[in-house]
Amino acid sequence: MSTSSVSKGCFVFKPSSKKRRISSPTADYFSQGKNDSEDSGLRFASCQLLWKQINSETEKIQEELNKQLFDNLIRFLRQSHSEFQTKTTEWMCRMKSSEIPTAALVLGVNVTDHDVTFKSLSEVLQDNVTPYVVSLQAKECPGIKHLLQKLMGQLMDCYVDADSSEEEECVNISQKKIRCSMASLSKWYESVTKKTGSETPSKKRTSSSRHWQSPPVVVIFKDMESFTTKVLQDFIVISSQHIHEFPLVLIFGIATSPMIIHRLLPHSVSSLLCIELFQSLSCKEHLATVIDKLLLTTQFPFKLSEKVLQVLINIFLYHDFSVQNFIKGFQLSIVEHFYSQPLSVLCCQLLEAKKRVNSLSHNQCENIRSLPSFRRYVESQVSEKQIALLTEDSSLKEVTQTLLEDLHIYHENYFTVLRCLHVFTTSLPKYPLGKQIRELHCACLGKSVWETEEYESAIQLLRMLAKDELVAILQKCAEIFISPSGKQFSNTVEKLEEFLARFQNLEAETNEVQDVSVSSQKELQKKTDLYHLQKTLLALKESKRSKKLTKFEMLRFEVVDFIDSLVRSYLAPAEMQTLNEVVYFNTANTLREHLNAAPRIALHTALNNPYCYLKNQTLKSDVGCISNTAPDICIVYKLHLECGRLINLVDWLEAFSTVVTAVEGTDPDAVATDQVDEIIHARFIRAVSELELLGFIKPSKQKTDHVARLTWGGC
Amino acid sequence: MSQLELKRNKVLEARFVADEDVLKHISDNGGVKVRKDRAQLALNIKRFVKKLENISDDDEAQEILEEQNYVAVLGACAEDSLRNGSSAGGGEIYSFQTPKRSGKMAELASELAQTPGKNVTFESSQYPEKPASTPQSNKKYSASNKAQLKSKKNEFVSTTPYRLRKRLSAPSLRSDSESDYSASCSEEEEEEDKDHKETNDVILDQKTPSKTRAAPASKKTPAKKLKEEMTSNLVEEYFEAHSSSKVLTSDRTLQKLQKRKLDQQTLLVLLNKAPPAFTAELKELNQQHESLFSKWMLQLHLGFSIVLYGLGSKRDLLEKFRTSLLQDSVHLVVNGFFPSITVRSILNSITEEVLDHVGTFRSPLDQLDLIMKRFKEDSSLELYLLIHNLDSKMLRGDKSQQILAQLASLPNIHLIASIDHINAPLMWDQAKQSLYNWLWYETTTFSPYLEETSYENSLLVQQSGSLALSSLTHVLHSLTPNARGIFRLLAQYHLENKDNPSYPGLSFQDFYQRCREAFFVNSDLTLRAQLTEFRDHKLIRTKRGTDGVEYLLIPVDNGTLTDFLEKEDEDM
Repeated sequence: MSTSSVSKGCFVFKPSSKKRRISSPTADYFSQGKNDSEDSGLRFASCQLLWKQINSETEKIQEELNKQLFDNLIRFLRQSHSEFQTKTTEWMCRMKSSEIPTAALVLGVNVTDHDVTFKSLSEVLQDNVTPYVVSLQAKECPGIKHLLQKLMGQLMDCYVDADSSEEEECVNISQKKIRCSMASLSKWYESVTKKTGSETPSKKRTSSSRHWQSPPVVVIFKDMESFTTKVLQDFIVISSQHIHEFPLVLIFGIATSPMIIHRLLPHSVSSLLCIELFQSLSCKEHLATVIDKLLLTTQFPFKLSEKVLQVLINIFLYHDFSVQNFIKGFQLSIVEHFYSQPLSVLCCQLLEAKKRVNSLSHNQCENIRSLPSFRRYVESQVSEKQIALLTEDSSLKEVTQTLLEDLHIYHENYFTVLRCLHVFTTSLPKYPLGKQIRELHCACLGKSVWETEEYESAIQLLRMLAKDELVAILQKCAEIFISPSGKQFSNTVEKLEEFLARFQNLEAETNEVQDVSVSSQKELQKKTDLYHLQKTLLALKESKRSKKLTKFEMLRFEVVDFIDSLVRSYLAPAEMQTLNEVVYFNTANTLREHLNAAPRIALHTALNNPYCYLKNQTLKSDVGCISNTAPDICIVYKLHLECGRLINLVDWLEAFSTVVTAVEGTDPDAVATDQVDEIIHARFIRAVSELELLGFIKPSKQKTDHVARLTWGGC
Repeated sequence: MSQLELKRNKVLEARFVADEDVLKHISDNGGVKVRKDRAQLALNIKRFVKKLENISDDDEAQEILEEQNYVAVLGACAEDSLRNGSSAGGGEIYSFQTPKRSGKMAELASELAQTPGKNVTFESSQYPEKPASTPQSNKKYSASNKAQLKSKKNEFVSTTPYRLRKRLSAPSLRSDSESDYSASCSEEEEEEDKDHKETNDVILDQKTPSKTRAAPASKKTPAKKLKEEMTSNLVEEYFEAHSSSKVLTSDRTLQKLQKRKLDQQTLLVLLNKAPPAFTAELKELNQQHESLFSKWMLQLHLGFSIVLYGLGSKRDLLEKFRTSLLQDSVHLVVNGFFPSITVRSILNSITEEVLDHVGTFRSPLDQLDLIMKRFKEDSSLELYLLIHNLDSKMLRGDKSQQILAQLASLPNIHLIASIDHINAPLMWDQAKQSLYNWLWYETTTFSPYLEETSYENSLLVQQSGSLALSSLTHVLHSLTPNARGIFRLLAQYHLENKDNPSYPGLSFQDFYQRCREAFFVNSDLTLRAQLTEFRDHKLIRTKRGTDGVEYLLIPVDNGTLTDFLEKEDEDM
């Protein structure tokens, strides 16, 4: 069946039911099309497993981060609710003024992340506070009628969900029958609360224990800013009239600032609300947590190289502030890594990886041998070992196992030392190595950090730290070194504690030093002879120069040198590690192409320099200019660049035909000129309509046979 | 950065040599140089830039060399376009020949001065501008044989009457190219070109004697002087050059070209005759893209949507993808370029054909709700959605995109789409993008957009006329002679007033009077009945004037109408 038709634009293809595949063939695609499909099944499985783990981890992180906010919100809701329950006088007086309790939830500009937050919020609310949670989006509610319809529909659904399904039909009928109004809503609410009051204790013990007798109705406006003012105002005014019968609580999702409420709603309306402000965690903190939990840990074998991480962070910082997108990019890099790197089969937990090494095929062994980092390793070995490594698979496997273990240990050390260094660098003025640990991580991943200028200046600054600062930092470091699997760092911890002890002891020593200086001062006062004075002064100066380093300073130097040595031994760049290709994903380019593409540039390149795509010599030209044998559309495009806002089609056509006939070198006298012209005409028409499709020109009514340019200062 | 590069290019663009050469040339000939004020402005700017950059005279030789390379190949595009991205200007790409006309010019100018009226729009700039392509191709030949060159030149020029000189470009911006050309050519070549030009002019003048051309010939200011003058007020001049709402283009129309109009059929036939270029390279490109198919499938299954961009029709590629990988699964192909495609029709095909749902929906949102519910409930349900041209006019609306994005966000709907419009990514805000969950793939195919541009709504100016004409004749043939006469009357009146820009249409009362006089109708009721018929076939339009009078218009362009009347005359 063809998919081109002049009468319809949609074509459905349904294979006969027996041919239809049922099982998910995703794994097949993973292995297909790639010429070295070594261990693809295993690779795909570990890819999926890894992604599942990471995904659940991110969800957990999100949950933890939101916990505080949700707890506050629930407390707020319960409060308003309990007052309604007990019908205290306070509530009564609030009702008299018809105020609707409202939570303004400031979520930040990363709108794409909000959905997840709202989803978990409504789940949490449904579990803990009330079954009646309605979330509304601006695009669903262009008018107050739609809003009420939606509200009603969702409430009824809630009710159906909460209750048994036997009543579904009657509810559905009633939903159609009932005119959507607040009056009917409050009537519905009354009937529901009565029913649940009498029925649920027997039916649904679990829910009734958590929910109160007459739970409030929570309405979430997901994107408050995009609602039309009229709808919001009307809704608030109407519902404030019914607040006596219908315990409504509003939650506004706000992306910008709480001021927007007052901008959207006039005073007369906003005075009907009793607003409490809630602030969610900023997306930057969220990202920092995600990076900390996902990347700076040995929990997951998969790692991102510096450039990839940089790309992802740049997309986050300069494009969307969206943690969701960051995780999406992370997912993509996992998929890409496992798809493109046959050795990624070893990218799993250490024990498993060791097992897998044993079952590697010969091809895979060859793959290992061709890794640049492995070649470096081989070259550093003695010649017999080199031969063994390059010829015998068994010895290669053995070595691979130890190398993998080394890599694992490297990571463990790396992250600990990285955190330790971060503690030091965050205390410095101007943050030469970055404020965030991710910046430090990037700096260390890419190159030997101790060779950089920033590191140099950071060390300089460290040498000037005050004592109490230094002690605090050292204490923090000691905690870092103790907390994880502290076995490799027992020496380091000892050393640090020793430093701390020495700082303690310094107190006494400094006193002594002070005594010395005081005595010398006294001496100075005693002698009044000019010659002697000069002499003692000189002597004092001398002693100062030599004794410039006090005990404290010496100790400080020692500490800094110790840190420096730690950095040098443990923060070597990942690229230097043997077999790093197995766990590091480093084709940042593909990631950028797929996530942050530049379609305009691609289009422009194709039009301006077709040689980039069509590797034909006739198109090649030395100065980067275009050949006249280029595709029609390129020529037409070039010609149109010459024009202003309007382009005369006739002139354009003639210019085009000049160019084209010149190329073909046709002898116009000999050939039936009409024929040629017709073809050129047709080609021109095609090229022009293509340009129109691409959005470079549009038809213009300003003048006959003219088109308007749309790009680059055209109009 | 690209900005900077562009600037640099522009600087290279401004040629001192050119001016000197031209100056010399002019003084030698003692002829009148035609130039436009506007052109001067632009030239000034260019030179100013050059001056700022302070390029020494030593560079001139180098520049001349470069120039020659530049003209050696058509459309010397002076920059590495990859780097330069979106800002590569057109100025350096095609240059125009310097006007080098001596005696002829004055003659023509005086001749043209006598034809008033039309001169306003164009000033002299269109005069002898000529794309560099001509000399360029000539040069190719000249390498082998000089003698041949000349004849060749004349030959091919003669087939293109006046075309190049008349080619009008944005005068304000491009006129620097006047100097470009002379800079790049040796004296000898200029001489040749001059001869050639003159012959060209003669031919052209014979061919289009009545053509209106304006030639307020202004003396060319010597280049040096210009340079001194212009240093100040650069910004003001820039805005002056850009503020004018008047657009300077030639008044020629396709009608006058006596070109037979092409309909879709003939267009296709003709295009098939044209030899395909770069088949091997294109094939290779396509193979590169095709090797990605299984990766696409993988990523679709992992919850991403795929969007293809890049020059060239991606329809064949997607078709191939469909036929090779999707044969065994339920899939929906949407031709976004189809002129009357709507989101509703897409949703309808999903509900009716994929989900076998009977019944109607109050709104697309309800429909979407149902689809989402069904797909969420039944995880075995799987649908591949292929959308060609997601950015087409009908689908680019915010609501449509929102609905499609929500469809794409379903885990068991896999969306793969293509976009072509340069501003297509502007359709999506952050929220939509995250719903779509795009992975971008560049698939530049260079294949022609045949299917996509084949519908009437595309800019085939030539097509719409022919279709309108055939519909006119067909409808009128089914009507009574009286009705035809009525339409004829209206058409004639319409044509009589075609030069009147404020022509409101024929008022109903006048029309009735005329029809009565011609014995076509006997009451205004019968006329109204006839008009209803016309209106139903979209042959006429009615419009209420400011005074409340009903005016009748024919919404067909004048050329078609003239053709129609001629044809009618033949038939009668």
